[in-house]
Amino acid sequence: MLKKNLKAWLYLLPALLFLGAFMVYPLIDVFVYSLEEGYNSASQTYHGVGLFNYSYVLHDPYFLQAVKNTFILVIITVPLSTILALFISLGLNSIQPLRHAYQTIYFLPYVTNTLAVGLVFMVLFKKTPYSEGMVNLLINWFGGQSVDFIDGPYWAKMFVLCFYTIWVVLPFKVLILTSALASVDENLYKAARLDNTPKWRMFTRITLPMISPMIFYLVITGFIGAFKAYSDAVALFGTDLNAAGMNTIVGYVYDMLYGNSGGYPSFASAAALILFAIVLTITCINLLISKKHVHH
Amino acid sequence: MQMNTDYAKIERRSLFRRRTGKAVTYFLLTLWALIVLFPFYWMLLTSVKSYGAYNAEYVPAFFTLSPTFENYHTAFTAVPLARYFTNTLIFTLVTTAVMLVVIVLAAFAFARLEFKGKNLLFTLFLSLMMIPTELVVITNFQTITNLGMRNTFAGLILPSVTSVFYIYLLKENFEQIPEELYKAAQVDGTGDFKYLLKVMIPISQPTIVTIVILKIIECWNSYVWPRLITDDPMYFLVSNGIQEIRENGFGRENIPAMMAAVVVISVPLIVLFLIFRKKVMAGVSRGGTKG
Repeated sequence: MLKKNLKAWLYLLPALLFLGAFMVYPLIDVFVYSLEEGYNSASQTYHGVGLFNYSYVLHDPYFLQAVKNTFILVIITVPLSTILALFISLGLNSIQPLRHAYQTIYFLPYVTNTLAVGLVFMVLFKKTPYSEGMVNLLINWFGGQSVDFIDGPYWAKMFVLCFYTIWVVLPFKVLILTSALASVDENLYKAARLDNTPKWRMFTRITLPMISPMIFYLVITGFIGAFKAYSDAVALFGTDLNAAGMNTIVGYVYDMLYGNSGGYPSFASAAALILFAIVLTITCINLLISKKHVHH
Repeated sequence: MQMNTDYAKIERRSLFRRRTGKAVTYFLLTLWALIVLFPFYWMLLTSVKSYGAYNAEYVPAFFTLSPTFENYHTAFTAVPLARYFTNTLIFTLVTTAVMLVVIVLAAFAFARLEFKGKNLLFTLFLSLMMIPTELVVITNFQTITNLGMRNTFAGLILPSVTSVFYIYLLKENFEQIPEELYKAAQVDGTGDFKYLLKVMIPISQPTIVTIVILKIIECWNSYVWPRLITDDPMYFLVSNGIQEIRENGFGRENIPAMMAAVVVISVPLIVLFLIFRKKVMAGVSRGGTKG
């Protein structure tokens, strides 16, 4: 038995080592960091223990701006992308010819490098002295005024960020919802058709309840993902997100850790833990709501 | 007679309604397809416009009659794009390979071996799945820095060679293989390791391929960790490489060359996806998330 035990632990050893060093230890350490006041990266010393780091972060205008940006991004993109994905999947499920072609195209953003394609979006939306840019050309065609979406007013920038985020997250949602819709029992529809049930009613009484677990799954993962938004913003506005006024909470954490404003792992830890608390709360609320409404 | 025409009329009307419904559906689906494809078209188009021609366009042109490949030449000569590319290739292949070894061994232990505390350990593993990377990245950054592994491949690779989720996925798959096979192998005197190599891995090949594909996508697109851990362009991956190109590359803002670099970076994964379309999509719906 002892030999058997030993062998099993041997098989587990690599996984345990890596998880211990890069998951469990950092998890404990992040709490420690967040409580060490005045931590100095160079000398690795600190002069006190307490909640000062949290209070500093919560009073930092950059952090508040990042929280505001992140919340706006979440509130706009999560519902919008889920609803859009639902419509696209319903459309996909109602057609036969070309369905695979559409599915393949819709999936493309998933396999592209966020940073690289973000650059294309920047070029499309940017207005420079030499060129209005592609999107402004469209706006002008419809009689609108040109806006600089990359260096211009706050809401223009927020619009691009939301648009790009939705563009990036849709493939996953469409994929999940299309397969959920395909797995709804065809007999339910047949029975409903015999009873002459109107289409809208069939949708609200059969389709929606049957795919509700998947919708909630997407909403929950969508919230978690959107709260961690960062690389989309970097792709559009560059690495100095504070200057652009478009930083996100995760961006704030990394800026505190590294780069021109970096070297403060304690502030970074406190901000990361605040983010974790927010995400945890929202996820719990989501789970409670889904327990009440999801059909199993 | 009157009744008959009414029926015909109703039928025609419903056919008409179904047809317009279909047409609207196709129209909207095509519209979204265009929105998805347009950035790809734009990057290809811009990458073959010459620098002079691009900058002379106040109103952007939707096509070009004189495509040029000079931008691709610039992209490879003016910035170390080939270097970023090779780095990413090495990073992706090594990370995926090492991770496979680690997770196969762990999944085998959980699926087939008996040891004290197995259930407790597995529960602990599962609870680790809820830990967001943002929380652990801070300490990992400090650890790697203190170990002097900044700007090394080891520093880039080590923190991402385990995944609790993939261990879980593979363990579930291993458990579906009939235990009789294992018993029979033991009777034959086949060792555990040989059994794992010769029986379990071949049977679980589809799941392993899924995991490999998902990991390759993840590695190719990873940005945060490479950016934190490298500041020497010799070790940049494509993500922070392109960011570097955007901020300091090509001397002046050379958008066509930038787009050429973007094309070069994007092509490998798109090709991989088009070849393994079904596997990628099945894999992502089983275990992928993004965003």
